[in-house]
Amino acid sequence: MSEYAKFTEDMIKTHTILVPNMLPIHFKLIISIFEAEGYKMELLQNSSRSVVDEGLKNVHNDVCYPALLVIGQFMDALKSGKYDLDKIALMITQTGGGCRASNYIHLLRKAVKKNYPQIPVISLNFSGLEHDSALKITPVIFLKLFYAVIYGDLLMTCYNKCRTYEINKGQAEKVLNKWQKRIGNIYRKKSNFYLKLEKISSDILNDFAKIPLSCEKKIRVGIVGEIYVKYSPLANNHLEDFLISEGCEPVVPSLLEFIMYCASGTFNDAKIYDNANTKSHLYRLAYEIIYHQQKKLISIMKKQGSFEPFHDFEHLRKLADKYINQGVVMGEGWLIPAEMAALVQSGIENIICTQPFGCLPNHIVAKGMSRAIKQDNPNANIVAIDYDPGATRVNQENRIKLMLANARR
Amino acid sequence: MSKKLSLGIDVGSTTVKTVISDSDGNIIYAKYQRHLSKVKETVTDQLKIIQADYPDDIFTVCITGSAGLGLANSAELPFVQEVHAAFLAVKKKYPDVDSVIELGGEDAKIIFLTGGVEQRMNGSCAGGTGAFIDQMATLLGITTDELDNLSLRSQKIYPIASRCGVFAKSDIQPLLNQGARREDIAASIFQAVVDQTVSGLAQGRSIEGKILFLGGPLFFLKGLKNAFVVTLGLDEENAIFPEEAPVFVAYGCSLYASTSDDYFRIDEIINKVSKARASDGIITGKPLFASQAEYDEFIDRHKKYDLAYADIHKYKGNAYLGIDAGSTTTKLVLITDDGKILYHHYSSNMGQPLDKIAEQIKRIYNEMNPDIIIKGSAVTGYGEDLIKAGLSIDCGIVETVAHFKAASYFCPDVDFIIDIGGQDIKCFRIKNRNIDSIMLNEACSSGCGSFIQTFAMALGYDISEFSQLGLFAQHPVDLGSRCTVFMNSSVKQAQKDGATVEDISAGLSMSIIKNAIYKVIRANSPEELGQNIVVQGGTFLNDAVLRSFEKEIGRNVIRPAISGLMGAFGCALYAKEKVTAEKSALISKEELETFSYTSRSAQCKGCTAHCQLNIINFGKGRRFISGNRCEKGGGISSKNTIPNLYEYKYNSIVNIVKTHQPKRPVGTVGFPLALGFYEQLPFWHMLFTELGFRVVVSDESSRGMYYLGQHTIPSDTVCYPAKITHGHIENLLNKNVDFIFYPCMSYNIDEGQSDNHFNCPVVAYYPELLLANNPRLNERNFIHPYIDLNVKKNVIKVLKNSLKGYNLRCRIPDALEKAYKAMENYNSDIARQAENIIRQAREEKRNIIVLAGRPYHIDKEINHGIHKLITSLGMAVITEDSVSALARTPKLDVLNQWTYHSRLYRAANYVTKQPDMQMIQLVSFGCGIDAVTGDEVRNILESHGKLYTQLKIDEINNLGAARIRLRSLVAAMEQK
Repeated sequence: MSEYAKFTEDMIKTHTILVPNMLPIHFKLIISIFEAEGYKMELLQNSSRSVVDEGLKNVHNDVCYPALLVIGQFMDALKSGKYDLDKIALMITQTGGGCRASNYIHLLRKAVKKNYPQIPVISLNFSGLEHDSALKITPVIFLKLFYAVIYGDLLMTCYNKCRTYEINKGQAEKVLNKWQKRIGNIYRKKSNFYLKLEKISSDILNDFAKIPLSCEKKIRVGIVGEIYVKYSPLANNHLEDFLISEGCEPVVPSLLEFIMYCASGTFNDAKIYDNANTKSHLYRLAYEIIYHQQKKLISIMKKQGSFEPFHDFEHLRKLADKYINQGVVMGEGWLIPAEMAALVQSGIENIICTQPFGCLPNHIVAKGMSRAIKQDNPNANIVAIDYDPGATRVNQENRIKLMLANARR
Repeated sequence: MSKKLSLGIDVGSTTVKTVISDSDGNIIYAKYQRHLSKVKETVTDQLKIIQADYPDDIFTVCITGSAGLGLANSAELPFVQEVHAAFLAVKKKYPDVDSVIELGGEDAKIIFLTGGVEQRMNGSCAGGTGAFIDQMATLLGITTDELDNLSLRSQKIYPIASRCGVFAKSDIQPLLNQGARREDIAASIFQAVVDQTVSGLAQGRSIEGKILFLGGPLFFLKGLKNAFVVTLGLDEENAIFPEEAPVFVAYGCSLYASTSDDYFRIDEIINKVSKARASDGIITGKPLFASQAEYDEFIDRHKKYDLAYADIHKYKGNAYLGIDAGSTTTKLVLITDDGKILYHHYSSNMGQPLDKIAEQIKRIYNEMNPDIIIKGSAVTGYGEDLIKAGLSIDCGIVETVAHFKAASYFCPDVDFIIDIGGQDIKCFRIKNRNIDSIMLNEACSSGCGSFIQTFAMALGYDISEFSQLGLFAQHPVDLGSRCTVFMNSSVKQAQKDGATVEDISAGLSMSIIKNAIYKVIRANSPEELGQNIVVQGGTFLNDAVLRSFEKEIGRNVIRPAISGLMGAFGCALYAKEKVTAEKSALISKEELETFSYTSRSAQCKGCTAHCQLNIINFGKGRRFISGNRCEKGGGISSKNTIPNLYEYKYNSIVNIVKTHQPKRPVGTVGFPLALGFYEQLPFWHMLFTELGFRVVVSDESSRGMYYLGQHTIPSDTVCYPAKITHGHIENLLNKNVDFIFYPCMSYNIDEGQSDNHFNCPVVAYYPELLLANNPRLNERNFIHPYIDLNVKKNVIKVLKNSLKGYNLRCRIPDALEKAYKAMENYNSDIARQAENIIRQAREEKRNIIVLAGRPYHIDKEINHGIHKLITSLGMAVITEDSVSALARTPKLDVLNQWTYHSRLYRAANYVTKQPDMQMIQLVSFGCGIDAVTGDEVRNILESHGKLYTQLKIDEINNLGAARIRLRSLVAAMEQK
């Protein structure tokens, strides 16, 4: 690997770390964790057309849309004049695996190196891919991140439901803001209160449950797909907002599912290919712990009763087995058909599968599995939507509208 | 008394349809009209006509159609999705229909009614249909009606890529240039539309029973109707083409409206529509010129690069003829000894380049002073071979060389040339007065000159008038920079949002430039292009395009006034340099008087590739044969002895099954000759024959093989090597094997030297997709276990499990050892063969090309015979895997984690150390991973002074672009 600028110890105090806007709710919480540790961070909000243009200029145009957007968002920010370029670092999440997404960070480094060789790019990963950065994921930070994901998922789920049905516009957003602030403060104060899963979760659920909702029956639409396009409004042209404006309720599976999918992939592969080692055993262990917490969370949600609980992950795995082997671990792999099946099972038969144009794993796991899922569930109403710098909103919306017309039939 | 009626308004991409139905659902009024992008005005006009006829009635109303969405929203009128509207209409009028196929201006839709209602639309890359046919007609220089009439007199069908208009164009163009019958091309265009519908939309569901056909094209075009009926095997009773087809969707829309209780008087509706405000959702850029003064400066500056002219009637002395037989245009230049222009010509070739050029030469003979001697002539462009043969031109040169010659004439220090023509973008960097690297637009990004032209026509303008409009547009629209199809919908959206024609014109000019800079050249900054840039090609005559280019790169450039003629001018200069004879061999005035030719098509019997040949007979025994990929069909019988590892590898793989088979087999196993099997077949064959199975491999790939499995392809944007696998599976199933064995493999063989050794997602998991989408496959006849060949105990365990029923447990370990050995032997045989080829080539002083791709690129249906094209240029061919073991991985900027791809880096590194070698990378269209590898391989090669050439391949069987690149590469190598 070629040389690149490193994020060193002394940069912690001087440098501001820019973070791309992938999951607006989750990432805000995550930033507060790092801020408590003394890092300076900023979530990027730039979303004009120049983000796409910078992406087109700085990465190969056939590289997938998420890479193009993330890199474009960084480059656009760096060129905005807002920042002192000698005091800036960039952070990007990194997953390993056979999908080209594991190359995002390298493509970003390539683009940055050409223009700003001094700017370090930090990898945020949990698989020990890069060790030479001063941004250390200590076990405590790891734990905090894990809880941030859970709280982010809860907020996202409650918020999406409440803002769809709320009688007084804006109430859901208020509650969301309040909780984002509150959890952020818990982390900033370095309090251990974040560990009180039951207390915090029930409070969140109860708070949202207080919002008066209309009893109107709306079409519920599940959103699955490639992780970035699925969650990032920048990438999916504000899909959740669009669905709400069409009188639907968007249902977005939790980020925790994706994390558990990644964790299970390692020990599952070890089983499939008979090459278990310490690493895979550790993953197994970590998975068990996470799964235990997930079950706890689900039971809290069930007990509270106002919101649809998350999919039990072991149940997802069983559902996946009906359609595809859990050995399919590139990109979102078997998780996509499993989530589609789980959504259909819980009565959410209308599904949008979001994917970057030309996404390799999605040929197999999304478009490739639709037929099998529809065969088992004749009412399943699945539409695959491609996202790409050239794809127009009108085209995407028209296809979604067709799906909705089917749903209303 | 006023009646209660329902009004449906269908606003499509090109037309507006209105229908009024009464309370019983009968159509009592219908109208169909092109809107030429003036959506709101056309709708209002139609409503006014209705107002005159139904002044007192009240209506429930609804809008539908791709361009209707925005209108409905801002006019606050109800909207229904158009496929759903069609569905309602079908339910009412033709309740016994099984499926509906509707082709619109830019959409294709299908509705399945029996066996689970399903409504589908083409995906975002599926290309237009009505617009596609319009484009093709424009390409042929005729109307769609004429196209239809031609198609009815066809004799044969050529394979034309059906995925999108751009692909199809690049299939059709060479056919035209080679003189194929226009009748046949017309019919082939319709067949391509049918194939697209069947493969792109049906996706595994078969179209059967009673079919209803809707939409304008299917109503007006008889040839298209026939093609559908024949392809789907329908009889008269089962193919319904309703009278009301053009307004059918509007009718469904009126039925949807009838369920509403909101009644309006027609003047209320007119009021709402005319008040509808365009949304401000469009993104706009800055005007091209801020002031008239800026424009005047621009015009003056470019006037400097004009040529001197001489009078053809008066001039005496030598003259040189240059011809550029481009893909859509014909360019001719006749120059004097000192480079003055005597005669020039630029026109569309109307699909008949030979006739056009002959006509022009005739004119030159008629007009020129008898004291002019045409000393030399040269031709370049797509039609080079044909013109050279037909009109006895002295020499043919590759386009890049011609353009470089011409550009140097205007700017001796030129270091970057960009040429945007009708169909292609060519860019090249010049270093040390040599062509250093060449960039051509790939099949998908051909948003070039003819694209603006098609748009201008669609909007009802003439091209020069249209581009002029853009010059002073106040808010040019940002239309993105992808392919034509996407651009179509961007334009649609902009129109919907109220952009003016001026803004769209300027926006199109800008997107052509963005396309060129960011997609073709892939430049990060203007500095990368160069100091002295010459722009040329017909498209740059358009001032708006030229200005967009200067603005985008922030630098002034040189555009010669003969911008469109540069290829021809370069040819003339070349002819002047190379002149040896007293007089050009050019066809004489007398010969021209009687010049005629006939063309016919035939199939080459030279080898199993069965190339489609076009034979053009000029009389007196002179003929020109095209369409052949090697020399065999070209009428030359000499045997090609230039060594070619692609041939060798391919033959060893397909012949493996013949090597040995068990005498008393325990069963029959089938392997598809596709994807990973192109490399691992020696392994699996040995393993299974040792276990006592008879091994059957699917037949060799062909276009027919692809069609065989086309109906089971769920994702039409996956790479061609994956798509063709579907055909191989069908082929195997037809061979009655006991089971197909096709393992899933996240990991490939670890060859060391890389960060990991994955397969790409498609190669790794394609069996899962095949099983889920081919109804003939099940868990019993399709065994697809997960295996890691690096972990022996895993392989043993998995095989024991998979072959449970055969009781072979104890034989597996031994068989496996032999299989690993067989794989090793195969690999070393290939490496040895490469050594031999390198030695032989060096003895013969030939250059060697490492044609680098993936194992499955040896499939001749996938590589389209590119390796033969290379040997026909006198160079030897070896593969990436045969030399990758000879070098280490160089320093990379990316994660090197795929086995196949890591070979590319090592092979590239190897090439940098071999003075007589160059590397050409084969990239399958849609291969996302090569978006990562391509730039890296380029870096490795270029940082060592090697040339980087990438050839993108897909189902299109057109080697035109590949030929230009390869010949330019040869020219560049010769100069180095």
